[in-house]
Amino acid sequence: MASVELRDVVKFYGELEVLHGISLDVADGEFLVLVGPSGCGKSTLLRMIAGLETISDGDIQIGANLVNDLPPKDRDIAMVFQNYALYPHMRVRDNMAFALKLARKSRAEIDAMVERAANILDLGHLLDRYPRELSGGQRQRVAMGRAIVRDPAVFLFDEPLSNLDAKLRVQMRAEIKALHQRLKSTIIYVTHDQIEAMTMADRIVVMRDGYVEQVGSPLELYDRPANLFVAAFIGSPAMNLVEGIVADGRLHAAGGVDWPLPPGARPGAGQEVVLGVRPEHLTPAAEGLAGRVELIEPTGAETHLVVEIGGRQLTAALRERVRVGLGETLTLAPVPEALHLFDKASGRRL
Amino acid sequence: MTAKARAVRKPPYPLRARILDIVSHGGLALVALVFLFPFFWMVSNAVRGNNEVLAVPPRLLPNEYQWGNFLEAWLHLPFGRFFLNSFIVAGGVTAITVVVSCLAAYAFARLKFPGREGILVAYLGTLMIPQVMLVIPLFLIVSRIGWINTYQGMILPMAFSSFGAFLLRQFFLSIPRELEEAALIDGASRLRILVSIIVPLALPAIGLLALFTFIGQWNNFLWPLIVVNGLDYATLPLGLTMFQTQQGTAWNYIMAGAALSMIPGVVLAVVLQQVIYKGITLGSGFGGR
Repeated sequence: MASVELRDVVKFYGELEVLHGISLDVADGEFLVLVGPSGCGKSTLLRMIAGLETISDGDIQIGANLVNDLPPKDRDIAMVFQNYALYPHMRVRDNMAFALKLARKSRAEIDAMVERAANILDLGHLLDRYPRELSGGQRQRVAMGRAIVRDPAVFLFDEPLSNLDAKLRVQMRAEIKALHQRLKSTIIYVTHDQIEAMTMADRIVVMRDGYVEQVGSPLELYDRPANLFVAAFIGSPAMNLVEGIVADGRLHAAGGVDWPLPPGARPGAGQEVVLGVRPEHLTPAAEGLAGRVELIEPTGAETHLVVEIGGRQLTAALRERVRVGLGETLTLAPVPEALHLFDKASGRRL
Repeated sequence: MTAKARAVRKPPYPLRARILDIVSHGGLALVALVFLFPFFWMVSNAVRGNNEVLAVPPRLLPNEYQWGNFLEAWLHLPFGRFFLNSFIVAGGVTAITVVVSCLAAYAFARLKFPGREGILVAYLGTLMIPQVMLVIPLFLIVSRIGWINTYQGMILPMAFSSFGAFLLRQFFLSIPRELEEAALIDGASRLRILVSIIVPLALPAIGLLALFTFIGQWNNFLWPLIVVNGLDYATLPLGLTMFQTQQGTAWNYIMAGAALSMIPGVVLAVVLQQVIYKGITLGSGFGGR
């Protein structure tokens, strides 16, 4: 186990700068998730930590070692790939033993280590199968087995669940998290799925266009997004964002709709701002903002309503079941303490 | 209808489709016969008397079967020696070609070095040069080194083909890069990756290259004719010409010898066919990653 430190890490592809000086500290034993939309540089960053991409500038340290110029095999890491990258011509046992054989471990040692990893992941009955004889979830588990068999200092996961179906993804999410708790290992995990990030991470790094937008625990990011991008990216259904101008301690939005401001926020009068309201913080009320119901999506536990208020479509997530039909009018009120306010020009939280 | 009954019901096979099938299969069978006829003619001529070979009108089957021709041809000239020479030359060329092509193909497919694309194009450009044009310069080189009538003189000039490197490079490119990255992280060197990951996955292509190279060299006539004189280093194609003498040509012996000399190639094709099939199912789409 080891900590990982990134100092001003930069990546150029030719003339194009894709990562702009990323600095991060990953604590020993931490589960860190890099999340962001496609092309934000999260996978590139992970591959740089793995040693599969060169570092254009900056330093990467794993434990006490500066690894900038070390080949992947000398970094004491293991990586789980999106497509599993199991060797198709080797049985599960040999897939897992490959690294150990290269490290010239004795036969008995290899058998013991493979056995141990197989027990942790419940792979014992699959050891003599070929990867093509396994289901997607089993292949994923073998890929993890191949990683843990070596007992590396740091585990790197590159979107490992994106090829699985929704149900299996939930199950594997829990397994990876349980594995982390059992092994107490340092994990850096890349995903574009913010639910995966929220459910698994100790800390989340939200990235966009090669910059870090915010670093924090899942609930910090959810409750206090640092900017509009994080606010919109984290949370499902996504946060409602309402543009308007501040006047008389209220927000004047398009369509003549007035919104309260969050307590404590002190924007200047006339300032152009964006108000953020999470769908669960819009609740039916006798007084508030009236609008026409345009879409009803019952999920069972919650009902998601899309309501048009002042020419803008807002989503409300209601725990209690509402008796309202399409096209009917519904009055919603925001919870003032749970509102978020952002400067429109800079996108920063106010 | 129950699910079971539905499962066993055969799909309809209309008359039109049936006629189409018969016509297309008939056509294919005809083409196959055209391709097989020379082999039949070879064997048919191998088991008749020499005067009957050139008889007019030609007869499809011999009047009298002379199976002893095979043994006589074998004993008439040192065929065992020819076989051995052919094996050494074709096997040597094949082994070197496969090894060198794998190394070159991997470098062109995966390693980054300056001028890679330019070198590849130059390498491929050599495919445009006809073999016949190279014969004289190669002969001059080989004779100056003193390799006339040697195995190395027969093998080395034939053992480096850009075709093999290109064929394997294209196949290597289809192997997912992630497999190599996983191996790199597992601690494998580039050479280890080539040997333990790439080559096993590329067996179909390598088998194909080996087959083509072996058969090509087994049948090669021109180069052995130039670098070999006498019987000691003669390969089968050269040996067969020795049935043509000033006194006449023993066509039936030539055909018997040719039929015998085909056997290893056919066996190899059958054996490697299995390898190629197996490889194809193993690597199909790399779904088993």
